[in-house]
Amino acid sequence: MKRRELITLSAKSLGGLLVYSLAGDPIRVRGNEGTVEVPLRFFTAAEARIILAACDRIFPSDENGPGAKEAGVVIYIDRQLAGPYGRDRYRYTKGPFVESVLEHGYQGKANPQEIYREGIGGLGGDFADLAPLAQNERLRGIETSGFFRMLRTHTIQGMFSDPMHGGNANLIGWQLVGYPGPLMSYRDEIGKFSGQPFSRAPMSLEQVIGRPVRGWEEEKG
Amino acid sequence: MERQKRVDVVIVGGGWTGLLMAKEITTRTSLSVVVLERGGPAPDGDGYAAQMDELDYNIRLRTMQNLADETVTHRHSASDRAVPMRQYGSFQAGSGVGGSGEHWTGVSTRFLPEEFILGTHLREKFGAKTLPENLVAQDWGFTYDELEPHYWRAEQMMGVCGKAGNLQGQKIEGGNIHEGPRSHEYPNPPHPVTYVPSLFRSAAIELGYHPFPIPTATLSQAYRNPDGVARGGCFYCGYCSRHGCMVGAKAQPSTTLLPLLVNRKNFHLRTGCWVRRVIHKNGKAEGVTYMDAAGKEILQPADSVVLASWTINNVRLLFSSKIGEPYDPVAGKGTLGKNLTHQVSQSVQLFLDKPLNSFMGTGGLGMAIGDFAGDPPESDAAAGVLRGGTIQTTNAGEGPISSFGKIPPGEVTSNWGSEWKKAALRWHDKEATIASRDMHLPYRQNYMDLDPTYTDKYGDPLLRLTLDWTDHERRQTAMLAKIELALAKAMGAKAARATEGIGSRYSATTYQGTHIQGGAITGDSPERSVVNPWLQHWRVPNLWVVGGTTFPQNESTPTLTILAMTYRAADAFVDRYAKHPGALA
Repeated sequence: MKRRELITLSAKSLGGLLVYSLAGDPIRVRGNEGTVEVPLRFFTAAEARIILAACDRIFPSDENGPGAKEAGVVIYIDRQLAGPYGRDRYRYTKGPFVESVLEHGYQGKANPQEIYREGIGGLGGDFADLAPLAQNERLRGIETSGFFRMLRTHTIQGMFSDPMHGGNANLIGWQLVGYPGPLMSYRDEIGKFSGQPFSRAPMSLEQVIGRPVRGWEEEKG
Repeated sequence: MERQKRVDVVIVGGGWTGLLMAKEITTRTSLSVVVLERGGPAPDGDGYAAQMDELDYNIRLRTMQNLADETVTHRHSASDRAVPMRQYGSFQAGSGVGGSGEHWTGVSTRFLPEEFILGTHLREKFGAKTLPENLVAQDWGFTYDELEPHYWRAEQMMGVCGKAGNLQGQKIEGGNIHEGPRSHEYPNPPHPVTYVPSLFRSAAIELGYHPFPIPTATLSQAYRNPDGVARGGCFYCGYCSRHGCMVGAKAQPSTTLLPLLVNRKNFHLRTGCWVRRVIHKNGKAEGVTYMDAAGKEILQPADSVVLASWTINNVRLLFSSKIGEPYDPVAGKGTLGKNLTHQVSQSVQLFLDKPLNSFMGTGGLGMAIGDFAGDPPESDAAAGVLRGGTIQTTNAGEGPISSFGKIPPGEVTSNWGSEWKKAALRWHDKEATIASRDMHLPYRQNYMDLDPTYTDKYGDPLLRLTLDWTDHERRQTAMLAKIELALAKAMGAKAARATEGIGSRYSATTYQGTHIQGGAITGDSPERSVVNPWLQHWRVPNLWVVGGTTFPQNESTPTLTILAMTYRAADAFVDRYAKHPGALA
């Protein structure tokens, strides 16, 4: 049996994070001494460290607030890649694969899992241990690549998607931008908040509808 | 092959048009009707609440047709090689009971009267000699006045909210004064005017235009339609386009038509049934063959066949079944696959200095102007613009992923890192869009046929779209961008920019709207159209084709017109055809 790969993260923001085990059963991961260990579904521990570092450069923790590290973006990406999206279950993948014009979008054969594996290789095994400026420089070198565009897109998704998907831990992304969550009704507010902020502590979809919801990444097959 | 019991009518597709035909036929006759839907059943209201998730539904598009099973191919011209649309881009087709009618936005605009006689109208206005040589705009074979009562039925069925601007010829400020005459005021009042739309309204009035609330099929208040179906008003949760409505405020086939059908003895709905062929002999359809959910091939014999799936699949079924003469764009002969149109759109992004709470709202909540929707102003007409578009701004509900990172032009040089993050947070929720929905005219070189290379999961050829923009669309969008920028300025925008719009060539990656029309168009002659003005196939009278696939060209958001035409076709079927089967024209 494959050795279970884990990533160790600071529990400061991730302590209450609900993640799903490989079997798909929800487990609440409790950390010891300020860290949590989260089982990985797709990445190896070494790959996860590289992605964690790269996402932190794309959406850094800085004087303007928390970033990808605190939100657990790497966990979000890991789950997406392990799920139907990462395996291209919903993309047309019949050949022949031919080069075409820009207006036809990505025409390649590689699925997101393969694009990440290759992209991580390109970042270098030492990437996670480089100084931030050196990491930035290496990312600048690939910023027009399909892998980087995908990584950037996934970082934003991991920051701001519902925490059921593994990122946006403790709704940290939603707190950052003042998004209240998928509230069921703005009937009383819709005409009243003309140019005024609507501030409310955010709620996840599970909190709003009162039962757990499973993301598409949990789908088998 | 297994054989099902013969039925009177088999309907392919369980969306708006299929269920509406089924409702009309089973209410008004004793004919037995089977609807074959290849997707799954629609979730109940509670199921839709669990879909209030931006990632799975707005981004991963969980309710859309699985492109791994079937997609289309595209090329810009007949001399290019077509490649598949491998991931969703320029349109997003729904799957399951209700089809795209579950995830639609709800905008319910009527077409202008001259749209239905556009071939004649353009020749009279501009002179046949000055029109582009390759323009194939056609008359529909019926007029706005003939369709008007059916528009009214469709508006009542859905409970459309709006404000009339032309009541029996009398122009009313506050409504769209440019619309065709309506027999009735809308069934429901418009939604409240929210912040950005209120700025748009003031700016439009200041510039001399005539703003009106966008008519929408999402209810502003509780409503019971003439069929007795009751639905509640909108909660403005913002999970609207690409979602089913969790409170039933948005008119959807699953909440507006299906409840009437489920207990009817002469109605049967089978899901997971993928129709592959219409079986026909000597100009008569004999039924359809399909793969069921278990992968078995089944023959469903029927006296009449109605194709009511989406444009792409309706046309593909006609090609695969070898019904009709494929269109030859060089010779200009044949009718099947001709007049492929999509939608032209141009938008302007504007930045305001106040929070907009753009996560609230509903798809069609907003204001529009129709001042440039039909014939263009003289100066633009002189520059070669034949038809324009409706300009609007909405408070549609935008999630935190899609709305993040919208920054005024020139503020930052990178789209990642600390500087970018700072600017993105500073401008978050301060961006709005003015967008247009424009006429897409048909041209000889834009058409559909079967792809010679790529196939679906059963090995049937994919439909191939040959489609590109022309100079007309570029002139059209340039005209509309100019007006939108002026509106943005008058709205007090701190910064504004016209988006790339249609781009230099048609892009299969840029969303334009799930409005693909044509391929099996209506008209007054079998030489120029596939179906007659009653949507009955010219050469196979017991085969009916409904939906946007019958549009000779597309003026705007198509759903309301599709529903009105379906009512009209259902009347012809029930009142005339069912009594005396045969060609109605």
